[in-house]
Amino acid sequence: MLDLRLYMLQRLTALVMAPLVIGHIAVMIYAVQGGLTVDEILARTQGSVAWFLFYGSFVVAVSIHGAIGLRVISFEWFGLKGRALQLFSWAVFALLFGLGAKAVYAVTFAGAGL
Amino acid sequence: MIRPHRAHPLWFAFLLHRLSGLGLALFLPLHFYMLSLAISAPARLDGFLRFTDLTIVKLAEYGLVFLLAAHLFGGLRLMALEFLPWSPHQKTMAALAVAFAFLVSTLFFLKAI
Amino acid sequence: MVNETQTMTQTMTVSIWRENGDDGRFEKYEVPARENQTVLDVVAYVQQHIDPTLSYRFACRVGMCGSCAMMVNGSPRWTCRTHVSKVVADDQLEVAPLRNLPVIKDLATDMDPFFEKWVAAEAVFHPSKTRHDPMAAITPDDPMRIAASEAIECINCAVCYAACDVVESNPDYFGPAALNRSWSLVNDIRDDGQDVRLAAVGSNGGCHNCHSQQGCVQYCPNELNPTLSIAGLKRETTKALFRRSR
Repeated sequence: MLDLRLYMLQRLTALVMAPLVIGHIAVMIYAVQGGLTVDEILARTQGSVAWFLFYGSFVVAVSIHGAIGLRVISFEWFGLKGRALQLFSWAVFALLFGLGAKAVYAVTFAGAGL
Repeated sequence: MIRPHRAHPLWFAFLLHRLSGLGLALFLPLHFYMLSLAISAPARLDGFLRFTDLTIVKLAEYGLVFLLAAHLFGGLRLMALEFLPWSPHQKTMAALAVAFAFLVSTLFFLKAI
Repeated sequence: MVNETQTMTQTMTVSIWRENGDDGRFEKYEVPARENQTVLDVVAYVQQHIDPTLSYRFACRVGMCGSCAMMVNGSPRWTCRTHVSKVVADDQLEVAPLRNLPVIKDLATDMDPFFEKWVAAEAVFHPSKTRHDPMAAITPDDPMRIAASEAIECINCAVCYAACDVVESNPDYFGPAALNRSWSLVNDIRDDGQDVRLAAVGSNGGCHNCHSQQGCVQYCPNELNPTLSIAGLKRETTKALFRRSR
């Protein structure tokens, strides 16, 4: 049920995310030391174009990648087919992209914050 | 309980890749929601972040970072399998992917506690 | 039925799948536990001495034709090349028809779906010349010929098809054997149908469904590598995509 197009999208988003995941894990290892606070996170990300681009592209890629991945699982393991499968795939994409975009916005350009 | 025809290392590598992806996909909406609280309810987010200082939560984060690293390194293994010339060391690559995932996530955990 | 050798030799219990219509179930038989016997020997013994209604397939009985492929203790194997002593566990032996194929009767499966997918994956030769054209000059050390030769020894036994979990969960998936043969033809410079073939293997049931679990590699009795072939198809379809968009 994966044809060439979906397969290429999956692999391309994976390639895009490889450096982003490595970067994200590196940031996590750095930031987790001494505990996390909102101030600490926002001091890093607020108003930053670089972080907006970093996490923004991460959200776009993971929304596509996760939607296709869950599409395959729901088909192979849960027998979802046809229209229901299509709706489910798009719903996953919309959920991940919607929540992800909101999160990126919240930590970068959502006003003065605190 | 694993069916006999599945009892070989590369099938387990597949299962780890699938389950880690599934786990991450289920975790992400929560992750995104918590982060969006940075603007709508920062005090609540701060409270939640203090809660994550608990060791049990740090252990859960250890698991999540392992899933992420395993999915990343496993994914790189798959793309190497598909796009680079075939390597006869498939089981070694699968083992290395898990090993690196353990290293990275353990580094995270040791820094976190 | 009474096994007349029971008082003289050691016996063992073999569970064999019996199915005739909708009523599929395992039935137990007591057979002699000889020091050197194959699973095919055991199945033949049951049919010849205990229950003549047992249906099963075999032909060469020396590991060349692939007809005797069945599930032995849950793994797909050629029964003529499976020593009982190597697979019996706690004196238990379980023989069932190949997985992922419809059952005709007992241990005999319907191979039609397997071969229909073979055709659908364009694992068939498309000639480009007539007898009046000069022969294609292919040297044995040509890399494409080497790639084709490495995949060519498939005898369509369907062991890999039975081992594959994607075949189980995706009824449209062509499966390792068909795609493996398609790959060997991709590497055949005499073949004229590459566009049609790449379209077929890039379609809904094609190579992109393979998750590289490599059960096919694990179980192929001819030591073929369908996962390698499918990876080759993935590369070729990707290249074709970029060629088209040029």
